[in-house]
Amino acid sequence: MNKILVAGKVQGIVLKSENPINFLGTVDKKTGIISDNNHNLFGKSIKDVILVFPSGVGSSVGAYTIYSIKSNNSAPLAMICQKADLTVATGCALANIPLITISNEEFNAIKNGMKISLDTSSSNLIQYQ
Amino acid sequence: MELTRDEESALKGEQGEIMQMAYRILVATGEATDAEKLIPIEWAHLSGVNYNTIGDAGEEFLSSISNDARVTVKTTLNPMGFDIDNVANYGLDENFISKQLSIKNSYEIMGVIPSFSCIPYEIFDIPKNGTQVAFAESNAAIHANSFDNLKTNKESAFSALASAIVGKSPYSSIRKDDTPNIIINMKVKNPNELTYGILGFFAGKVGDTSVNISGLAEMDKRQCKAMCGGMGTSGTCAKFIFGDGDSDCEKIDFDEKEMQNVHDELNTAEKGDLITLGSPQLGLDEISDLTSMLKGRSFQKRCMVFCPRTVKEQAKKIGYITELERAGCEILSDCCTCLTPLINKENVDAVTTNSIKGAFYLKNSNGVDVNLKSLSQIVQDETR
Repeated sequence: MNKILVAGKVQGIVLKSENPINFLGTVDKKTGIISDNNHNLFGKSIKDVILVFPSGVGSSVGAYTIYSIKSNNSAPLAMICQKADLTVATGCALANIPLITISNEEFNAIKNGMKISLDTSSSNLIQYQ
Repeated sequence: MELTRDEESALKGEQGEIMQMAYRILVATGEATDAEKLIPIEWAHLSGVNYNTIGDAGEEFLSSISNDARVTVKTTLNPMGFDIDNVANYGLDENFISKQLSIKNSYEIMGVIPSFSCIPYEIFDIPKNGTQVAFAESNAAIHANSFDNLKTNKESAFSALASAIVGKSPYSSIRKDDTPNIIINMKVKNPNELTYGILGFFAGKVGDTSVNISGLAEMDKRQCKAMCGGMGTSGTCAKFIFGDGDSDCEKIDFDEKEMQNVHDELNTAEKGDLITLGSPQLGLDEISDLTSMLKGRSFQKRCMVFCPRTVKEQAKKIGYITELERAGCEILSDCCTCLTPLINKENVDAVTTNSIKGAFYLKNSNGVDVNLKSLSQIVQDETR
């Protein structure tokens, strides 16, 4: 379901994860690089991308991690999830990173490496370029 | 979510950056939990105090917002990592102590009452029936909804802080009249506080936002607390309702076998190197009970007892603290068994406790084994 959790307008390249993300312990706070070698984005940086993933998992303290990543200028431009969870929702709210949830069909339609723009004030939340 | 004109203006940043951030948190939380609006609250209780849990990122965040952020409703605070009066005895490093003091300082600057307690429902007056509050500590949120006739979401550290600053909270399902879809039949005979803790843990696992529980006799304070502590540990469930529920409810028995399953999951040692009592922290009644049970007896190993500072002060006046110290107890205020940095797996293999919540976190966060038994059993086995 489409929901706007944190408003904003950005454009950028999609980095898509099939796995959920546990921000506490999976992401390096300084560099934004995924440091968990069991994760399908292992070694990739989430800095300045539009991060698309099913949902957040794990400790709510992960919200502070999202805030830290942003303070270190290593945060994604925006996040797009299938399902809203409180950790990612509050983390993006703290860090002022736009966050929306989308339908399963649209989630499946977004591919890694696509260039998209996201505008939460537009009726068309996502524009493909 | 429907916002008023004033709320929209705050969300746009027209009332400053702190208000904007606080509203962003409330709106994101509200959207995630299908709330349709924000409603005023009269009391916020914050988690996210112990440096062990929030780390450097949390410490830095609180320090940076404390310049401008102020709470606008009565706001109380969860335990931190140590008791300043005796921290020197526990070998914590300087970094931990200074970061923890910085967190304490940030909350005090924001106007939070430095209660450092996970049992606000025992040390503050309870407002009138139906009052909306915003409690982040899981056992306190469940206690407020189930026993104190208050209404709260099971808030996160962030939504509670934002609620304290704004004075409002998302109007999510648990604040409305909630109808549980599950009923748990209590089948275990002669329950003690450990049984109730396990029942709570079991209910938290099978329940969604609330559960019906039937077959319970009248409970005392210790048993209520044990249930809330257990339930808050295992899931997202935020309320017990006592009764038989609707006939179309799914029915689940809580019997000796279910109890044994939870016990086996949490009990990993035959005996402990030390004993901890208090998770949730002990109230004055429990301190009084403990004092009577220990009359003429002494612990044969270390026993750490956690209670709020106000309770310790009252207990000292009555003479309980002298008695407990004579029996070998170390009394700690401002902190709790749960997520304590004072128990370290380098020095301790296993801990004996009667707390389900304590057992879960000792095992999963401190990495020590747990020997779980009731208080009367602990006194029988560990004192002379």
